[in-house]
Amino acid sequence: MEMNQYLSMFIDESTDHLQSLNDNMMQLENNPEDISIVQVIFRSAHTLKGMSATMGFNDLASLTHQMENVLDLVRNNELKMNEFIFDTLFKSLDALETMVQDITQGGEGKADVSNIVAALQSIVRGDYGQAGAAGEAQASGAQNTTTEFRLDEYQYAVLEQSIKTGLPVFYLDVVIREDCVLKGVRAYMVFNALEENGEVVKSNPSVQDIEQEKFERSFSVYYISKIDQESLHQLISGISEIEQVNILAVDEESLIQISQEDEQVNEATSQILQAVKETAATAAPVASAAAEATPARRSAPVKPAASTNGSASQAGSRTIRVDIDRLDVLMNLFSELLIDRVRLEQLASDLKSQDLTETVEHMARVSGDLQNIVLKLRMVPIDTVFNRFPRMIRDLAKSLDKKVDLVITGADTELDRTVIEEIGDPLVHLLRNAVDHGIESIAERVESGKSETGTLELRAFHSGNSVFIEIQDDGKGINREKVLKTAIKNDVVRADEANAMTDEQVYQLLFAPGFSTADKVSDISGRGVGLDVVKSKILSLGGNVSVDSNWGAGSKFSVQLPLTLSIIAAMLVRVGEEKYALPLSSIVETMIVDHKNIRHVHGTKMIDYRDTVIPIVALADIFDCPKSSDAQKESSDVIVIRKGERLAAFMVDDFIGQMEIVIKTLGKYLTNIHGISGATILGDGQVALIIDPNALVK
Amino acid sequence: MEEDIKVIVFALGTEEYGVEVDSVKTIERLSPITRVPKTYHFVKGVINLRGVVVPVIDLRGRFGLPETEHTEHTRIIIVNVNEMEVGFIVDTANDVIDLNTDLIESPPEVVGGIKAKYLRGVAKVGNDRLLIMLNLPEVLNKQEIIQLEDMGE
Repeated sequence: MEMNQYLSMFIDESTDHLQSLNDNMMQLENNPEDISIVQVIFRSAHTLKGMSATMGFNDLASLTHQMENVLDLVRNNELKMNEFIFDTLFKSLDALETMVQDITQGGEGKADVSNIVAALQSIVRGDYGQAGAAGEAQASGAQNTTTEFRLDEYQYAVLEQSIKTGLPVFYLDVVIREDCVLKGVRAYMVFNALEENGEVVKSNPSVQDIEQEKFERSFSVYYISKIDQESLHQLISGISEIEQVNILAVDEESLIQISQEDEQVNEATSQILQAVKETAATAAPVASAAAEATPARRSAPVKPAASTNGSASQAGSRTIRVDIDRLDVLMNLFSELLIDRVRLEQLASDLKSQDLTETVEHMARVSGDLQNIVLKLRMVPIDTVFNRFPRMIRDLAKSLDKKVDLVITGADTELDRTVIEEIGDPLVHLLRNAVDHGIESIAERVESGKSETGTLELRAFHSGNSVFIEIQDDGKGINREKVLKTAIKNDVVRADEANAMTDEQVYQLLFAPGFSTADKVSDISGRGVGLDVVKSKILSLGGNVSVDSNWGAGSKFSVQLPLTLSIIAAMLVRVGEEKYALPLSSIVETMIVDHKNIRHVHGTKMIDYRDTVIPIVALADIFDCPKSSDAQKESSDVIVIRKGERLAAFMVDDFIGQMEIVIKTLGKYLTNIHGISGATILGDGQVALIIDPNALVK
Repeated sequence: MEEDIKVIVFALGTEEYGVEVDSVKTIERLSPITRVPKTYHFVKGVINLRGVVVPVIDLRGRFGLPETEHTEHTRIIIVNVNEMEVGFIVDTANDVIDLNTDLIESPPEVVGGIKAKYLRGVAKVGNDRLLIMLNLPEVLNKQEIIQLEDMGE
C-alpha cells in the first residue's frame, strides 16, 4: 500500500507525541492547576488522533479521542485533575504506546482497551470511582444508546451565550446522496466549509465517527455563524453529492425546548445508571477485587515499555533513520576525500595558480564543515534514553508506595548510537534497583530522620576517554554484612576470604550471577534476572560498572562506557616526527618548562607545579620515539594531565593544536597496547595514536 | 578432495607465497604507516585503509627473514582472518592463479619445528614454480609469537 512510505514518519511522529504527552502529563501532575500544560497535552493528543485516523489505525484514534474528551473538560475548567484521572490517562498512554509499538513491528495497532475507554468515559460523565470497573463498562454501553444527540452543559451554555450576544445559531441536517462513494470526504468538505465561516459546536454523530464514515447518510450539527441562512444553504448545497440540507435557525425559545428534551433523556439515563450502580453494588466483591487488581496490572504495562526501551529509542526524536552501516561507509568515503583535499592543496601550492589556490581553500572550508557534520551524525544525546525514566520512576515509586524525586543531569551528553541503543536496559535495571532496594519506604525514611522524598540522581558526563553514567540514591545503602552472608551462603566467596575483602570488592559481589540480597522477591526486581546481566551487558560494551555505598546514606552505581566510536576533543602534539592525540578532558594545562628546573628525586624527574611537585616524563622516552629533539633543547613544551587526584607532566616537542577527533580502535590484532587507547585519522589521512593518560600515570 | 581455489601470489625475496583469495580483502600500495610503540618488532604500525585503522605486519620480519627497504613494488595485502583485519607488507604481489588443492603437499620435513606451523603446504605450479601456501590463522596467532620470542631470549 502507498501508506507504507508514510508509516515510518507516522511511527516517528507518534513516538514523539507520546513522549511529549508523557513528559507533559508528568509536569501536569506536579502543577495540576496549570491549564496551559493541558492545552499542550490536548494539542498533542489531537494531532495524534488525526494522524492515526488518517493512517487507518482506528483503535488508536478512538482511544485518543476518548482522552481528548477528558482533556477538553479539563482545559475548559469543568473538570479538576485528580489521581484517578491521572492514572487513567497514564494507562491510556501506555496502551497507546503498546499500539504504536505493535505498528512498529508490522502489526495493525489493535488492542482491547475497553476498560480504559470505559474509565475515560466515566470520567467525562463524572461518575467514576463509585461503580466498579465492571459497572462502568455496562454503564457506558447504556450511556451510548441514550446520548444520541444531547447537548452537554458546556455546549448548551455556548449556544445560549451566542444567541444572547446576537450571533445566529443554526441547526443543520445534512443528507448525502445515496450513491455517494466517499461519504467521509463529503462530510469533511461540509465541515471544512462550516468551519471556515463559523464554529461547529456539536455534531451527531461525532466528528470522529464522521471522519471514519461511521454514519448512515445524514448528520446534524449545531453551528454558530455570522452568515445568514440563505448563504449557508448555498454554501452547503454547493458541495457536490449533497442531497438535502435542512437549516433551522435556533433562537432562545427553541434552545430551551431542546434542553428540556435533553433533560427527559437525562432522567432516563440516570435511571439506567442507577440500576447499573445497584447491580454493581451487589457485585461489590467483584468490583473491589478488580480495583485491587489494578496496581498489580499496573506493573504489567510498565514492563513491556521498559523492555522495548531499546527499540523505542531507536525511533529517536525528530530524526530520520539511517542504517548505521551507511554512516560507516559515508565516514570512510569522507576520509578519502580528505586525503585528496590535502593532495590538491599540495598541487595548488606547487602550481602557484591564484584561482586554483582560492578554489582549494574554499573546498577546504566546506569539507571542514562537512567533516564536522559527518562525524557528529553517529552521536546521539543520551536524552533519548533518559527521557523515559521520569515516567518509569513515577510508576515505580507509586506502586511501591515510596516518594522518589528523579534528578537528571547531563542529558545532552552525546554518545555513539550503538552504545545508546544498548545502554537502555542496564540503566532501567539499575534505576529499578535503586528505587526498590535503595530508597526506603516513607516510614523508614522519616524514622531515620530523612525527608519523606528520596532523591535519585541520574548523571551523565564525559571524562577522559569515557562517558560516565551515575545512578546515585540517598537511600539506605548496601549492607556489607548481609551481602557477605548471602555470598558465603551462595558459595560465591569462602568465609575466610570474606573478611579480607575491601568494601568495593564486597559490593562487586552484587554482580555475581544469581545473587540477590532482597529479603523477598518483589515484582520490581529480583525476577531472577540479576545485576549480573547488567554487568555482562556493560562489559560487552567495553565498559565497567562500580559501586560506592555509605551505610545509611545511600549508594552510587557508576557505569563507565568507552568512547569507542565517539568523537572527543583532543590536543594534537608532535613528538619527533610522530603525532599523538591527548584527550582534552584529562589535560589540566599546557606550559613550557626550563630543563634546568627539572629535579631528580629518587631517580625520577620532577617539576614544581603550583604548590606541589609532580613527576615529568618525556613522551619520546615512553614511546621510544625516534628523532625527538627534546634532549638538545633548553626548554620543553609540557602538558600537565590529571588522573583522579594525581597530576603528571608529559614533555612533547610541539603542540599542534586542538581538534575534534574520531576514536577508532586499533583492531583485534593489536590489543592492550600500554598507554595507547586507540587511533584517529587526521585530516591528511594519516593515522595518529591516542594516548591514554590514565595508563601512563601510576 | 579435488577443489579449485583462487590464490593470490606474492613474493618475499626469491620465494613465492600464496594465500587464498577468500581471505584477502584488497591489495594496496604502500601508504604512510604510523608506528605503534610497544608491540612486536614486525608490527610496522597502522595505516588508514579508507577510514579504518588497520595494523600492518612486515611479513619478512614475521618469518624471520631479513627486512629490506620498501620499493615501488612493495604492496600491502589486507587479509581478514577470524575477524582480525591485518595488512601484510610483501615485496611484490601481482598474480592470481587457480590452484587445485590436490597439488598442495605438506611442508617438507626439513623446515620442521615451530615455524612450520604457519605453512599450509607447498604447491608445485606450472613447470618449475613452487608456491608456499600460508596458513593464515597461524600467521596471526599471537600465542606462537610469544613462544617464538621466548625462544629467542
